[in-house]
Amino acid sequence: MATSTFAAVSTALSAGRRLVTAVPYFWLAVFFAVPFAIVFKISFSYMVPAQPGYAPLFEWLEESRRLVATFNLANYQVLLQDSLYLNTFLYSLKVAAISTVLCLLLGYPMAYAIARSAPTTRNLFLMLIILPFWTSFLLRVYAWIGLLKTNGVINNTLLSLGIIDQPLVLLYTDFAVYVGIVYSYLPFMILPLYSNLEKHDLTLLEAAADLGARPFKAFFKITLPLSMPGIVAGCLLVFIPAVGEFVIPSLLGRTDQLMIGTVLSAQFFGARNWPVASAVAIGLLLVLLLPILLFQRYQQRELEASRR
Amino acid sequence: MNDRGLFRKSILGLGLAFLYVPILSMMFFSFNNSRLVTVWDAENSPTLRWYVRLFENEQLLGAAWISIKIAALSASGAAILGTLAGLVLTRFGPFRGRALLSAMTTAPLVMPEVIMGIAMLLLFVALEQMIGWPEGRGLLTITIAHVTFTMAYVTVVVQSRLAGFDDALEEAALDLGAKPATVFFKITLPLIMPAIVSGWLLAFTLSWDDVVISQFVSGPGSSTLPMEIFSRVRRGVSPDINALATIMVLIVATGVVASTIWMKRQERKRALEEQMARSDTP
Amino acid sequence: MAERVVDRQNQYLRIESVTKRFGDFVAVDNVSLSIFKGEIFCLLGGSGCGKTTLLRMLAGFESPTSGRILIDGQDMSGIPPYERPVNMMFQSYALFPHMTVAANVAFGLEQEGVARPEIERRVREMLDIVKLGEFAKRKPHQLSGGQRQRVALARALIKKPKLLLLDEPLGALDKKLREHTQFELINLQEQLGVTFVVVTHDQEEAMTLASRIGVMNKGQIVQVGTPTEIYEFPNSRFVADFIGSVNMFEGRLIEDEPGHVRIRCDDLDTTVFVSHGISAAPDARVFVAIRPEKIEMTRGQAAEGENCVGGVVREIAYMGDMSVYLVRLDGGRTVRVTIPNIERHEERIVWDERVVLRWQPSSPVVLTQ
Repeated sequence: MATSTFAAVSTALSAGRRLVTAVPYFWLAVFFAVPFAIVFKISFSYMVPAQPGYAPLFEWLEESRRLVATFNLANYQVLLQDSLYLNTFLYSLKVAAISTVLCLLLGYPMAYAIARSAPTTRNLFLMLIILPFWTSFLLRVYAWIGLLKTNGVINNTLLSLGIIDQPLVLLYTDFAVYVGIVYSYLPFMILPLYSNLEKHDLTLLEAAADLGARPFKAFFKITLPLSMPGIVAGCLLVFIPAVGEFVIPSLLGRTDQLMIGTVLSAQFFGARNWPVASAVAIGLLLVLLLPILLFQRYQQRELEASRR
Repeated sequence: MNDRGLFRKSILGLGLAFLYVPILSMMFFSFNNSRLVTVWDAENSPTLRWYVRLFENEQLLGAAWISIKIAALSASGAAILGTLAGLVLTRFGPFRGRALLSAMTTAPLVMPEVIMGIAMLLLFVALEQMIGWPEGRGLLTITIAHVTFTMAYVTVVVQSRLAGFDDALEEAALDLGAKPATVFFKITLPLIMPAIVSGWLLAFTLSWDDVVISQFVSGPGSSTLPMEIFSRVRRGVSPDINALATIMVLIVATGVVASTIWMKRQERKRALEEQMARSDTP
Repeated sequence: MAERVVDRQNQYLRIESVTKRFGDFVAVDNVSLSIFKGEIFCLLGGSGCGKTTLLRMLAGFESPTSGRILIDGQDMSGIPPYERPVNMMFQSYALFPHMTVAANVAFGLEQEGVARPEIERRVREMLDIVKLGEFAKRKPHQLSGGQRQRVALARALIKKPKLLLLDEPLGALDKKLREHTQFELINLQEQLGVTFVVVTHDQEEAMTLASRIGVMNKGQIVQVGTPTEIYEFPNSRFVADFIGSVNMFEGRLIEDEPGHVRIRCDDLDTTVFVSHGISAAPDARVFVAIRPEKIEMTRGQAAEGENCVGGVVREIAYMGDMSVYLVRLDGGRTVRVTIPNIERHEERIVWDERVVLRWQPSSPVVLTQ
């Protein structure tokens, strides 16, 4: 019922308030919103082999005193017709989806186990989950090269134990990319799940047991549905960045099948075709728009809930 | 009950092993004498050879220094802007354009880095063309880009801290005659300081760690440490990178463990004091 | 101990036709009210009745949509909270967790720019008054609930406000402590002579603290009066029902004289004789309210006569100091009767006994709205 205090005394405050609001607003508008507008604009431009690598959309022709607009839809045509792009888009979505599911399958039981452990050990486990997140992401992905490569730790161990007699091909495979994504993003799955599971009222499970539900059934009928917001948040936090992932496939992935992030930066730095790269970026953004909006709604609700 | 406890423990153990085995193996092989890195040279190991090599590598050390500067600067910028955004979103009530601000602060949390990178670069190119600033790409452009994508994290941390404490505290200060600016500096800021500090640390780490966005907006002579590492590890494993990783992990681990222990102590002390207060006479 | 001095000539706080809307919702609906210097005025009502919004408008956290508020003759419109001669004690106490008790209490004086030695002296004085002298260096979390409440009080009182606003001042305390604190609060108010405006949903709290009570419902003030007036002479069914418990009977006025009235009630086999006049149209529908403790209960068959009905005991709830009886009348209605447990071994009336209920002609209240 009560609105914010600062809002109530707005008459005396409006100048200061406006300034405080304007600073972050201005920053984000200039450095976050405008760049997307520029990407959108350039995705309709013609490529020119000069710096910058695109032709202007609007041109003021002095002699005829007219503003001429040249829209080029060819960049998007390339996107839809060239099977390379469609292929990499689908492959990226597949990799992200499979990694997300694997992450959930590993992360959920871990989050559950932490949430149900004694409060004293809970903090220790949480610290252990978060600790890798504070160390370099790049180096953690790099660590897997040492484990997965032909004469790497895994192959050496299996060979010396006599389990295999030929080294397995592990590095530069889909498997390596899944491992890399699951490994890097696991904390992002566990943390929202944990913060959801930790809030559950355990008497609900006692009530379910009292009414005759076996633990297994009680889990599927009570705990799982209640943890849905955590599942959705965790999956989005993994899925969205994974689709555009660049570092992991570059270090661990196949060379014959690229992910969209790799193609994007190859177009940008290699081919120097900024308009097509922009069109790819817009395409990727459109694909991810729905999940991003979903995530924002979740984030909003979380904040509202934490307010009393 | 007992076998369920066992199941929980084993899944946790497996998960933690999955998280830590790669890191520990990387650290272990940093003491390996062999160039092959993952083939243990039992005769001449352990050795500090690669650590010595690392500290002789001017290029990596230079890149590390650049990274520290960028991370400190952008974390500070992000802390200020993120705190302001958090304050505006939680304390200023509804205003026109609030939804847009809120969207712009949460989007970078999940936005794929390649998209952020390309967008930032194109902005800098367009700005340079139009107003001649920023001139070329380098430390400045990387810092601006890092401020932009890390401030979202500070905003989220500050927002949840602000939402968690009683706004009656601020009202009480106003009621006792403090002007809004005084209220902010004497009440709000001290209370959200822990959140700002952890936001700063988070922003520092993210900036220190970033390779994709930096790659887009960097220029000649402004290679950050992750960019250097990335270009090396693309060519395969190299023992001095293992040494570098070991040092970084040890620094972070010490910091995290120390702060966790400290917070735990504070918590325990507080709980004890509260308990004593309750048993006092009213 | 000082006597409370209420200056009935001095309308210290005047609320003039104040309305507050939040969107479509009318939180406070055209409230006008005068509060005298030196009194403890309680705004009493259920949750969402607008009492807190009214209090927040006095403090300056909300501004009225229309109407105005005058404190000591000064119009408060447009004056921000930090410039009002008003202080507030918050329901949550809102003690600054990062400051000591002394720093919390000193905060208001520091904002006024009072000199340091003067601040220290006054803080010490104030802490002695609330008996917290030895706790000056503690932080809020090192205090018990009662101590926190007193720090909040000291912090709000140290600026000698013209008006002290208290939002559910005893709400966070447990029952035992609450009673003790209630009397302390009254003593303090009498000692300092500050005008108190208290918001509460707890009628007991309002009854003991207040010199006058304003009962609020749906954004409006429905009755203003002393605790006795509110309890004994409620002016509406809402007030009668809200304060204490009451037996309410619908009926028709059959005799209306200046000194008395007679009412025929649908659920009663008797006419109700009331020994005071009312102002209502003849033949009007009215409500008769009788408090449970004003009904006298004896064993036996009902005699003929007014203000007298017969029934059977259906339920008894033993509360220690008294017992609550639910008596089913012959007409079907259930009536609540409370009997003080004066003697320990008396032969109490038990379940299913036939009883006669009687009340004095002065006891019923006749309500027309």
